[in-house]
Amino acid sequence: MYCRGPAAALPALLVLLTLGLLACGGGDGSAGQVDAVLVFGRGSDSVGLDPALETDGESMKVCDNLYENLVTYASGTTEVVPQLAQSWDVSDDGLRWTFHLRTGVRFHDGTPFNADAVLFSLDRQFDQDHPFHKPSAGTYSYWKDMSMDAVVADMRADDDSTFVIELAEANAPFLSNLGMNFCAIVSPSAVRRHGADYFKNPVGTGPFRFVEWRKDERIVLGRNDDYWGEPASLDRLVFKYVQDPSVRFLELRSGAVHGIDNVSPEFIDAIRQDPGLDLLTQPGMNVGYLAMNMERAPFGDVRVRRAVNHAVNKQALVENFYAGLAVAAVNPIPPMMWSYHEDISGYAHDPARARALLSESGLADGFDTELWVMTAPRPYMPQPGKIAQAIQADLAKVNIRARIVTVDWATYLDKTFDGQHGMCLLGWTGDNGDPDNFLYVLLDKTAAVKPAQNVAFYKSEEFHDVLLAGRRSTDVAERTRLYRRAQEIVHADAPWVPLVHATQTAAFRRGVEGFELHPTGSKWFRSVTLRR
Amino acid sequence: MKGFILRRLALLIPTLGGITVAVFLMIYLVPGDPAQVMLGERANAETLAALRQDMGLDQPFHIQLGRFLGDLLTGDLGRSFRTHEKITVEIINRFPATVELTMAAMLFAIVGGVALGMVSAVRRGGMIDYLSMAVATAGISMPVFWLALVLILLFAVALPLLPISGRLSASIYLEAPTGLYVVDSLLAGNLAALGDVLRHLALPAITLGTIPLAVIARMTRSSLLEVLGEDYIRTARAKGLSPLIVLVRHAVRNAFIPTLTVIALEFGYLLGGAIITETIFAWPGIGRWLFLAVMARDFRAVQGGVLLIATLFIVVNLAADVLYAWLDPRIRYSK
Repeated sequence: MYCRGPAAALPALLVLLTLGLLACGGGDGSAGQVDAVLVFGRGSDSVGLDPALETDGESMKVCDNLYENLVTYASGTTEVVPQLAQSWDVSDDGLRWTFHLRTGVRFHDGTPFNADAVLFSLDRQFDQDHPFHKPSAGTYSYWKDMSMDAVVADMRADDDSTFVIELAEANAPFLSNLGMNFCAIVSPSAVRRHGADYFKNPVGTGPFRFVEWRKDERIVLGRNDDYWGEPASLDRLVFKYVQDPSVRFLELRSGAVHGIDNVSPEFIDAIRQDPGLDLLTQPGMNVGYLAMNMERAPFGDVRVRRAVNHAVNKQALVENFYAGLAVAAVNPIPPMMWSYHEDISGYAHDPARARALLSESGLADGFDTELWVMTAPRPYMPQPGKIAQAIQADLAKVNIRARIVTVDWATYLDKTFDGQHGMCLLGWTGDNGDPDNFLYVLLDKTAAVKPAQNVAFYKSEEFHDVLLAGRRSTDVAERTRLYRRAQEIVHADAPWVPLVHATQTAAFRRGVEGFELHPTGSKWFRSVTLRR
Repeated sequence: MKGFILRRLALLIPTLGGITVAVFLMIYLVPGDPAQVMLGERANAETLAALRQDMGLDQPFHIQLGRFLGDLLTGDLGRSFRTHEKITVEIINRFPATVELTMAAMLFAIVGGVALGMVSAVRRGGMIDYLSMAVATAGISMPVFWLALVLILLFAVALPLLPISGRLSASIYLEAPTGLYVVDSLLAGNLAALGDVLRHLALPAITLGTIPLAVIARMTRSSLLEVLGEDYIRTARAKGLSPLIVLVRHAVRNAFIPTLTVIALEFGYLLGGAIITETIFAWPGIGRWLFLAVMARDFRAVQGGVLLIATLFIVVNLAADVLYAWLDPRIRYSK
């Protein structure tokens, strides 16, 4: 036939191109290379890097390394320890808190750290007349969420190294709140300079400074050589965005990233068996639960709610969907939290008992209901769809016919907070290690106002009174007693099936040392070293 | 011709206006709002109300739409609810990644598809024809995520030759004035970075280019076969012209018009971003961004993204129409 010309040559050209491409590779480029670069792979990019504005964990992870607070949490616990404040005094009535600040500290942009900077950082969230009180997009939602407007009466800088907060009422969780990301101290001059764009030009006092952010690609931090404490060992810290969990795992194995967090249950075994990888775990400060809407029949009847509790096999959920990296929940708060009531044994998995309770309440033939489930995996529930199916099967065994309703996350929040469900799956990750941050937020009657975080619409006067007393007291023994009582009340009323407390996970390549998971989920790389 | 182009461009305005209102309406009617998604589990009534007020979501529909259209007319797409960033900046940040990936995928698709199509047309009924059409059929039928995983297993796990995520290795620093890393690394004269960028491009480009390659191959084959059967081709052969000249000068040019239509459509389509490919290879393009914006009910971002994609699609197709006239002088657009 004719034509031995260009058409035949093209495939050859393609092959040549491909070979050339492969040959280009091999060693990483030498230009612009720095020494100790640690790459951390994660499933989402940060939303922003203004610590007062952000609500997502991926933003916090980066902020953890850029910023510092007056106080922080000790390694492995939620005990409050000094950071930018060296010490503090509290007046006898518990209302005036005087913080004595560290001196000689500078922000990454050279601005000196002092009481005015602290005032600026907190006051912009508090004072409605502050020039930076209205961010151009978003709101200071954590400040509002943690009720800081109601707790704080006044703040002032007495001198360069003395900062005073006057409280409106004694509030036990207040000091813990100061350790949270939203109370991080930002450089006032940087906020003034960048205004609405501060969220991508962050300046703090932390062990790393901001270098660059390529959206949906990577955030690069560099060591702060002028750090007031022991400088970090890493030259660079890169947060790389790799959405797909399988690809993230492959990248860890190939060495393209040094560490990942929120490891998918299906890769746990592979990581354990790989001698080049280390699996880190830490009891999680979270809860995943099934809420029964008490405003809808038949969940107004406590016997029905207890029957549902007896029907669900939590241990099977832990084994099948968490690779064993979770504990079956008994109480709304996790066992690692102070005041946890270990004498409550929980509702045993007992289908016969569940059926008996249903008969007692006149529902011997069971009933039809809905089980709502979100599509998006959450830290406390990595495989929500499968968990819903397992629960559906458990319930079917006691004649509760639950239809699964699956909608996307935005619709889910909208509908469940509006009480349109019979039962729904949801959960919570704690912020500051205080039991109030679980019980009051999720189960108090004040949280049952639509749009409600209390999606069981549980309204108990006794429970409310106990929680209020717990907020007002600053005596830990007294608070412990109150929160144990609160757990007893919730257990008896059974508005939820507390399902699991998921274990936090991270995996690193051998050679990365000094990383510790923290109950709050903070990711601090200050003391991490990279051995090569 | 000039009048034709101007008329087509003028048509952009009502088209985009209609799309804008339709998208706004759609997002408005779907349950959930950006404030709720931003706060997630921690959306208590008070904070939610404050955030909705800050975002202007407490205003009635016509005021929200009016404000949005007003901003749009002054060229201001506003700031994203989800990321605090200006929508224009968000697009500028991500669009180059999509363009680079689209270019690479289309290069792969056009070179490979035209070559396959020509070879099978010329060797019709032979082994090569069957083989290349089998490849083309497989290419069309394969789900993108599956192809991506197979490529990853082959080239990154079994033979660890190519990287599988992102656009650049973490150890390489590259200034990116254009955002097209191939161009940026050439501008910087950084060959190591260029190699790294090309290696990162390879798997996503092959994944994304495979379907267009298959479509182009089939289209090229069938239109070339049709043209090769025409009388004038026989005449040209009878004149004693070399087979190569007959093919290139007489057949291919005429056979190329339908192929060009397909190329333009695929090109416009890929410029809108490719959610699956971007997700698997962690490619920071416009598709994934737009997907997240929809999930977060970030309607300003969705608007901006949809407007961009609609404009591009229309412009690319207009460019194809203009090319037809150039390729085939018989096509003349009425004034």
